[in-house]
Amino acid sequence: MTKFSDLTRMPDARGHFGPYGGRFVSETLSFALEELEETYMALRDDPDFQAEFDHDLAHYVGRPSPLYHAERWSRELGGAQIWLKREDLNHTGAHKVNNTIGQALLAKKSGKPRVIAETGAGQHGVATATVAARLGLECAIYMGAEDVERQKLNVYRMQLLGATVIPVESGSRTLKDAMNEALRDWVTNVDTTFYIIGTVAGPHPYPMLVRDFNAVAGREAREQSLKQIGRLPDALIACVGGGSNALGLFYPFVEDEGVAMYGVEAGGDGVETGRHAAPLTGNAPRGVLHGNRTYLMSDEGGQVSDTHSISAGLDYPGVGPEHALWKDVGRVSYVAANDKEVLEAFRELTHVEGIMPALESAHALAYAKVLAPTMRPDQHIVVNLSGRGDKDILTVAKLDGIEI
Amino acid sequence: MNRIDQRFATLKAQGRTALIPYLTAGDPAPEYTVGFMHALVEAGADIIELGVPFSDPMADGPVIQKACERALKHGTRLTHLFAMVREFREQDTETPVVLMGYLNPIERMGYEAFADQAQAAGVDGVLTVDMPPEEADEFGPVLKARGLQSIFLVAPTTSDARAGTISAHGEGYLYYVSLKGVTGAATLNVDEIDAHLAPLRKLSDLPLCVGFGIRDGATAAAVGKVAEGVIVGSVLVGQIAACVDDPAAIAPRLKDILGEMRQALDA
Repeated sequence: MTKFSDLTRMPDARGHFGPYGGRFVSETLSFALEELEETYMALRDDPDFQAEFDHDLAHYVGRPSPLYHAERWSRELGGAQIWLKREDLNHTGAHKVNNTIGQALLAKKSGKPRVIAETGAGQHGVATATVAARLGLECAIYMGAEDVERQKLNVYRMQLLGATVIPVESGSRTLKDAMNEALRDWVTNVDTTFYIIGTVAGPHPYPMLVRDFNAVAGREAREQSLKQIGRLPDALIACVGGGSNALGLFYPFVEDEGVAMYGVEAGGDGVETGRHAAPLTGNAPRGVLHGNRTYLMSDEGGQVSDTHSISAGLDYPGVGPEHALWKDVGRVSYVAANDKEVLEAFRELTHVEGIMPALESAHALAYAKVLAPTMRPDQHIVVNLSGRGDKDILTVAKLDGIEI
Repeated sequence: MNRIDQRFATLKAQGRTALIPYLTAGDPAPEYTVGFMHALVEAGADIIELGVPFSDPMADGPVIQKACERALKHGTRLTHLFAMVREFREQDTETPVVLMGYLNPIERMGYEAFADQAQAAGVDGVLTVDMPPEEADEFGPVLKARGLQSIFLVAPTTSDARAGTISAHGEGYLYYVSLKGVTGAATLNVDEIDAHLAPLRKLSDLPLCVGFGIRDGATAAAVGKVAEGVIVGSVLVGQIAACVDDPAAIAPRLKDILGEMRQALDA
């Protein structure tokens, strides 16, 4: 049985999180990944690198982000106190920028003149285009054609920032296909291109370094809880697609056994309908995609399943390998919220607190609505409000039958 | 002796270069695949790489991506590939067959079940594009125990140290990827390939076969001068794409293209 303290020592030297993770890539990319791992391992404990990272987070991103006590909403739900970790207030409007700032520093060290990224909702694409603009790097963003349609605002934001947005027409035309195409670009242009992966998936060392860069949110939340609540919270909630904002919040609390953790996957039409993007909650089989082994939605022949979610950012058939391990060892409870519950939570937080969450983050809020009433008012929940909802206004308006 | 080793021994004795065509199984529909395999052998194929269709072929360009889509539309899966190889073996017991594809379909079936059925069907080797030797600790021995050879890729970006590891794990032949890119991409540079193959020869006794970018007799012959084998895929699969509405025209076209390469290699 894995002890929780062992979880802080993952991955192993070969990038494995127990049976998950690894480096399942075609040979051409092996060299680039070894190089990236070497660069990162040399820098991760380098005080100068950390100082530069912290400086950018403070002065460019605007960290620390507040831990906000949603008093009115907590009262209405009639249970535990809900605290929102306001990652939506970061520059570019989501947690994604924590990671792109970190990887941009690595890209700068590598001397490569071009960066690429995959994106679902467009938040990671925007965060990548932003750091590329700041560093004067050429930038190409791969985005599923369906997501290009439903996230038009972010597409134009990326273009304004100087990035080329490439719609991907293959497969299900969503995030997984964007990642396939980004990998094809990388294998072709590996000498000149740094691939900024946006979530805690992909081949080693990406799941590790994306986690490390996002963990700033969890470190802050832990300190802020001690200061503002006077103790650690009783529970953490975050949405999980690939799982980067969740790992960022959870990781610094992993050894705090009194802190329960809930990862909320995209239930789509409902996990029982099969039309969802919830590999952990839906008990998908183990599989290998995009360089790592994890829980992966696939059919009996091993073909990767099409997924469904109202939120483009969670519309992915796999999940970061560290989450797969945390499910197995029972450190995190994984649950799902369906599209309907998510929309209710989106509207409720907007009305009650004047904060419009991203549809992705609204999954975490939807579960907070379930969990809080089961707890006492002297108990505390921290919810990762991983992004703001401006990008989703067109989607929600369309559901309301409003043309903008 | 494994059919692959046998075939390279024979070719070496004859002073000839191996010609290795690739097809995606089940493209344009499963009932055609075995006929295509026989046609390729008639046109001079030494080894056949039979592609396992996959929903997310990350290392492949548009030509083979679309081939996978056509094959998957008909529900082609591993069990069908085994049936195809069994049927092929009813007439052809000598031409080696290598299954080439991505790990997930195998992972889903289970390593042992896969290897048992592959062996029973008459498969000789397995090339899993997204499984480098470092991740093959478990799968490699399962294949070996059944006499199935593990074929690995070597790329222009592979360091000498890695090439040593790959060579130590590899069997049958080393598949040298001629360029940085996906299948069906750009043109290759024979001098560059030769420069990369030279150090590989010092590290490995395995035959070196070159794939990616070989599209006609001239490129095949040029590469054949520096390698033990040439692998050709996208140009053949492109013919299938061109004739999806007239499948009867496919086999003759495949034979023409491969026949020209055979002639150029043997000239």
